[in-house]
Amino acid sequence: MMINRSIKVLAGAVLGIGLMTGSALAAGDAKELKSVDWHHSGPFGTYDRAQVQRGFQVFTEVCAACHSLKYIAYRNLMEIGFSEEQAKAIAAEKDIEDGPNADGDMFTRAGRLSDKIPSPFPNDNAAKASNGGAYPPDLSLIAKARVGGEDYLYSLLSGYSEDSHGHECGTGTYYNPYFPGSCLAMPSPIADDLIEYVDGTPATVDQMSKDVSAFLTWAAEPKMEERKSMGFKVIIFLLIMSGLLYAAKRRIWARLH
Amino acid sequence: MSAASHGGDGGERRDFLVITAGAFVGVGAVGLVWPFVDQMNPSADVLALSSTEVDISGIEPGQSVTISWRGKPVFVRRRTEAEIEAAVSVDMDDLPDPQSDLERHKDGKAEWLVVLGICTHLGCVPLGFAGEYDGWFCPCHGSHYDTSGRIRKGPAPANLEVPEYEFLTDTQIKIG
Amino acid sequence: MSFQTDNKLIKWFDDRLPLVSVMHHTFVQHPYPRNLNVAYQFGSILGVMLTLQIVTGIVLAMHYTAHTSLAFDSVEHIMRDVNYGWLLRYMHANGASMFFIAVYLHMFRGLYYGSYKAPREMIWMIGVVILLVMMATGFMGYVLPWGQMSFWGATVITNLFSALPVVGDPIVTWLWGGFAVDNPTLNRFFSLHYLLPFVIFGLVFLHLVALHQKGSTNPLGIEIKGPADYISFHPYFTVKDFFGFAAFGVLFAIFVFWFPNYLGHPDNYIPADPLVTPAHIVPEWYFLPFYAILRSVPDKLLGVLAMFAAIGVLFILPWLDRSRVRSAAFRPQYKWFFWIFALDCIVLGYAGSQPAEGNMLVISRIATIYYFVHFIFLMPVLGWFERPKPLPTSISEAVLAGKASTSAGENA
Repeated sequence: MMINRSIKVLAGAVLGIGLMTGSALAAGDAKELKSVDWHHSGPFGTYDRAQVQRGFQVFTEVCAACHSLKYIAYRNLMEIGFSEEQAKAIAAEKDIEDGPNADGDMFTRAGRLSDKIPSPFPNDNAAKASNGGAYPPDLSLIAKARVGGEDYLYSLLSGYSEDSHGHECGTGTYYNPYFPGSCLAMPSPIADDLIEYVDGTPATVDQMSKDVSAFLTWAAEPKMEERKSMGFKVIIFLLIMSGLLYAAKRRIWARLH
Repeated sequence: MSAASHGGDGGERRDFLVITAGAFVGVGAVGLVWPFVDQMNPSADVLALSSTEVDISGIEPGQSVTISWRGKPVFVRRRTEAEIEAAVSVDMDDLPDPQSDLERHKDGKAEWLVVLGICTHLGCVPLGFAGEYDGWFCPCHGSHYDTSGRIRKGPAPANLEVPEYEFLTDTQIKIG
Repeated sequence: MSFQTDNKLIKWFDDRLPLVSVMHHTFVQHPYPRNLNVAYQFGSILGVMLTLQIVTGIVLAMHYTAHTSLAFDSVEHIMRDVNYGWLLRYMHANGASMFFIAVYLHMFRGLYYGSYKAPREMIWMIGVVILLVMMATGFMGYVLPWGQMSFWGATVITNLFSALPVVGDPIVTWLWGGFAVDNPTLNRFFSLHYLLPFVIFGLVFLHLVALHQKGSTNPLGIEIKGPADYISFHPYFTVKDFFGFAAFGVLFAIFVFWFPNYLGHPDNYIPADPLVTPAHIVPEWYFLPFYAILRSVPDKLLGVLAMFAAIGVLFILPWLDRSRVRSAAFRPQYKWFFWIFALDCIVLGYAGSQPAEGNMLVISRIATIYYFVHFIFLMPVLGWFERPKPLPTSISEAVLAGKASTSAGENA
């Protein structure tokens, strides 16, 4: 019926408000992001374990010098394909401050699976002081806290260029066309062969940027795989249920003249 | 009478299709309930907090320390010769929950008794070096434990639980 | 014909507490127009959504900590460590959006079919109160994760009250419990966010009492005249409503499982920082039309008043509409203006999401003026000038005529 169609149009339109908002927010003054065909994107996408593990290596050897990752515990590493022994070994390499002990003193001990990844600075002000006044944000949620998500992280990390296209960046800031405002306080953190990948993958800037972006996406949304697989089952169930209920509705309403 | 009753077959006819649809609704509702129930179970970070290490070098014979493990008290008691003797010499028939002292400490470490500081009656924390057997005494409902942490008298049904623990060194134990 | 049973236990119980009779009366005896279409599904969907929001909210509160230094962490704890915590939180956050989608569709249905007209003014007015309480609840809920949008949203919205002369600033300080949005604010917002859904529940009860007093409207806008016009709720609308829940559930699930953060804002994954304001402050999508009205007025106090008036005008709508005919199906001119109004609301929503400058500001001003013109001018005037189409003599006549002309026979 005409009215039904109208209602559907209206429903679509109201939803549309939300959708337009999303796209409106994505528009910024920075350069259009490079788009990557991530292993984890799409309705069934899963994290590429090898890539995420490489990304963890980049994080540990590069990013962790300044950035914290405070919502991730060593036990979580088992979710990205490390065995319990590997995760324990990774944790044990770190000294964790614990205490106070019976004498009231703080002490350090080897890290355990239950420990969160320790921050490089004791507090936010120390972090600022060591980085020229700019606070290196915690990276646990960075992939969800930036418009563009992992594409933004990848574009930013691989997007530093010598040619600033006439942009004047002040002292202590560096040109990057993907950063809103084009000048940011973080110098290009990675360079070709800065690290040596455990699995032998050539450590190019592009590769490292991709890997660490994938890792940070996992860090921000560790339940994504569980979410998508549960969602698939729920949708199938709801569609069958809708079909059955629609048929049942027709059957019952057929009793009316 | 409404429009419904003009139908010749009555309002309550059931058929397979309607029953199947109803069953789907029921299954869906039950499935939806589970996350709401399971969220009250221990979360991943709580489950991960499994072990605590304790330095026992400062504990003298006849002393006891209380350590927090998984939010519960653990008594680490360094027993004197007399206390060990009292624990070993008990007749098994006198015990409501028979267990020899040997089963309650690590081999060759009879000095060290490690028990959960939770009365097996209703969960109070018993007082040390108290009660008729000089082990522990629970003030809540009057349960007496001996120097091996075994229940001897009162309403508690079982001995104080010995948690999983190991000696890392002679002066270091790891509980859990 | 009242409720009767031979079961002695049920008789004993019902004699003392007439729950069974009331249910029987509501679902079996009470007459519902037989021609209710899909637009009438949203009431029951809203009931389910309210229940779902309350239940998910209660379990989230078991893990959430209302303190500025712990709130953000506790939400991440829910997302990462609590069993199914991510599911419960995403259901709750997206559930709020679904709730507003359903409530807006429910309201547009009321506008289209004239559900607010006499003798059903009370149903409509209680509904507007429910909308207001929902908005307060949604706003305070968005503050709880204590991200950047939470904090700055709270700051901006509470500052609306500072527009009031003389009492404005003291009221804002009172709302905050301090000199800025801070821990006391968060704590009281949590308390109220927990309370208000139960207030909504009570209002919904009144909404339904008022509904049953006068009965449901229907797409034809004519009252039930005889037995052929109505059917019982059960089984006809039971099964139809369950189909509605399942279909709406599909939409809900798509958001929860694949786009859980789409309707949110990335800045809310940054912990609140009272020293740095995000570049673009945007409220949740369901507030955008009202936000656009606020910003389109260049005066602070007038802007705030215009925003509240946009909802306030709904209260007097039953008296603004002078038409004798209820349903837009028989009002050829109103039907057009209804759709223009719906479009106007969408334009306002879009304008609210954009920076208030340049063309967008002009557009939002025109849309704001049209919003009020629709209610204050068009609604009364149309009643005088419009020539409604002839109404059918009864619901059953119209339905049976429709059945004869289409083979499908139904409008679900």
